[in-house]
Amino acid sequence: MQGTSDAKDCILRLRGISKQFGAVSALSDIELDVHAGEVVALVGDNGAGKSTLVKVLAGVHQPSTGTIEWCGERVTLDTPSRALDLGIATVYQDLSLCENLDVVANLFLGQELSPFALDEIQMEVRAWTLLQELSARIPSVREPIASLSGGQRQTVAIARSLLLDPKVIMLDEPTAALGVAQTAEVLNLIERVRDRGHGVILISHNMEDVRAVADRIVVLRLGRNNGVFDADTSQSDLVAAITGATDNSVSRRHARTTASQEG
Amino acid sequence: MTLPESNSPAQKLDRSDTRLRHDEGLSGALRGFIDRVRSGELGLLPVAVGLVVISIVFSILNPVFLAPNNLVNLLFDASAIGFIALGVVCVLLLGEIDLSVGSMSGLASAMIGVLWVRSGLPMPIAVTGALAAGAAVGLVYAMLRNRFGMPSFVATLAGLLALLGAQLYLLGPSGSINLPFTSPLVRFGQVMVMPDWFSHLLALLPGAFLLVSGLRKMSLRSAANLSYETASLLILRAFTLTLGLQFAVYYLNQGRGIPWMFAIFVMFVMIMHYALKRTKWGRSVYAVGGNPEAARRAGINVERIRMSAFVLCSMFATVGGILGAARLASASQQAGTADVNLNAIAAAVIGGTSLFGGRGTAWAALFGILVIQAISNGLTLLNLSSSLRYMITGGVLAIAVIIDSMARQSRASHGRG
Repeated sequence: MQGTSDAKDCILRLRGISKQFGAVSALSDIELDVHAGEVVALVGDNGAGKSTLVKVLAGVHQPSTGTIEWCGERVTLDTPSRALDLGIATVYQDLSLCENLDVVANLFLGQELSPFALDEIQMEVRAWTLLQELSARIPSVREPIASLSGGQRQTVAIARSLLLDPKVIMLDEPTAALGVAQTAEVLNLIERVRDRGHGVILISHNMEDVRAVADRIVVLRLGRNNGVFDADTSQSDLVAAITGATDNSVSRRHARTTASQEG
Repeated sequence: MTLPESNSPAQKLDRSDTRLRHDEGLSGALRGFIDRVRSGELGLLPVAVGLVVISIVFSILNPVFLAPNNLVNLLFDASAIGFIALGVVCVLLLGEIDLSVGSMSGLASAMIGVLWVRSGLPMPIAVTGALAAGAAVGLVYAMLRNRFGMPSFVATLAGLLALLGAQLYLLGPSGSINLPFTSPLVRFGQVMVMPDWFSHLLALLPGAFLLVSGLRKMSLRSAANLSYETASLLILRAFTLTLGLQFAVYYLNQGRGIPWMFAIFVMFVMIMHYALKRTKWGRSVYAVGGNPEAARRAGINVERIRMSAFVLCSMFATVGGILGAARLASASQQAGTADVNLNAIAAAVIGGTSLFGGRGTAWAALFGILVIQAISNGLTLLNLSSSLRYMITGGVLAIAVIIDSMARQSRASHGRG
């Protein structure tokens, strides 16, 4: 699978990324490719290094060794704003929305049009355009965020990351706090973002979500690459790669159900 | 300016969602207002109710309360503390607090006394010196908060004592300095009122502004294919506002007239309202008050926003102190002590600024101080001792905070955070 990295449309390429926190190696020798119009899922157990890798890409942490290539050029992501300027947007797990402000204010926070006489009308029009492109279902953009459901808030957070038209967007556990219908809504949204030609990095614990939308699944284990899979990979293979053991309750259940279907 | 003919909801960009109820016209506006109040967005309702109740109670107890000249006095008194409350609104919006605004205003009045009267420096230089001191104090608070993470209520509580000490030190053993009665500053604080015709002219402006900006917004929004308020509602609002203001001006002109000091205060309230609602700085203030971490990740310089708010707050307290000294024509050890601090903070809260940050407007300072000053004025007219006045003002502050907390709970249960 890693062979496709030679393709021209590879926008983000990580080679040999390592990160040490004192004596602890949080990441060692990580390889990761992201192409335009592709959803790459990043999965792994707690402590596998997913969050550290996200923070490296968001410019929060600097890698100890290794290179990051952006559209074929080597770059250093030394600050969050540098990553944003290049076109790497991050949707954090806690969404980072201001509940007292309305949807328009949140979408444009820090990027307001005409700072000394806010252009509310232009901002509202752009907000509606953006939300409609995502087929988002937000009844009113003039309501405070606090009145929106979890799925709608997630939609606003994703729409906000798209405002600056990034090439890659990273979603940290976007479905962790959501119900069934809202999860489906967010997964639809991820597919629409991909169809717009953005690269998407999806971090999730939920194997069903991952297999539903991901084009490739990159497994991290104890800070190392532990295989790249495609979406058709079976649950038990993924769990085995994540946990590092072929014998566990998930694989045993899988074996049982297969056996009962056959028998 | 041409008004578009159709405002039908179906084709508007922001009205395409069928789940949304569309409030049209006067009844719609009324229904929206009732909904907002029920869900805890009280706005200026508590202030309006409070002012009506206060007026009825005090005018029954002593008819002088509603006499034009008493109301003019009330406006003179309200302006000085109103400035302080305006500064308090800025820090409250961030979810911070400044407990030392009273001491800061006292120090400012002492500086005016010492620099201007005792040392003989020109008055503008004394005022500039006091403002610089205010800015410096604000910078120190901001540094303590940003650099050392010191909670602002502790930092400003320490400041309350330190600034009071500085005020006593400056005034020295004599304890009070009289300001010359004939000076423009004291005349500004005690007697200067607008000519009748000018006050009537000024009272036309808000309605006219409402109408023109409303029509402009209407045509811009319709050009952008967004829904807009109907013209009849707009005209009704502008007309009611103008009528009310003209009546208030006429009534006050039966007495001495509108104090210039109050007009300047209202002007600053409007400037702050614009800064908070229509500039990127103001939007950042609300964002930091709502969720500092989200604001930081959105690229807002949280520390600089905090600094600007603390500096503004201390400088407004300075202005309030100078005007307070002008009002009393003296800089004394009592200036800024007693209930000034609490009155300013209570005014901001009663006006609808949340103690929890992120909610409130500059108008809170104006309407809040009117309530506070009306209570204080009415109690003075009744010849009540200051012990009772303190207890009653304390009770009013407690009620205001209870209303704030209950509105917050109600917003939470109605899903409006």
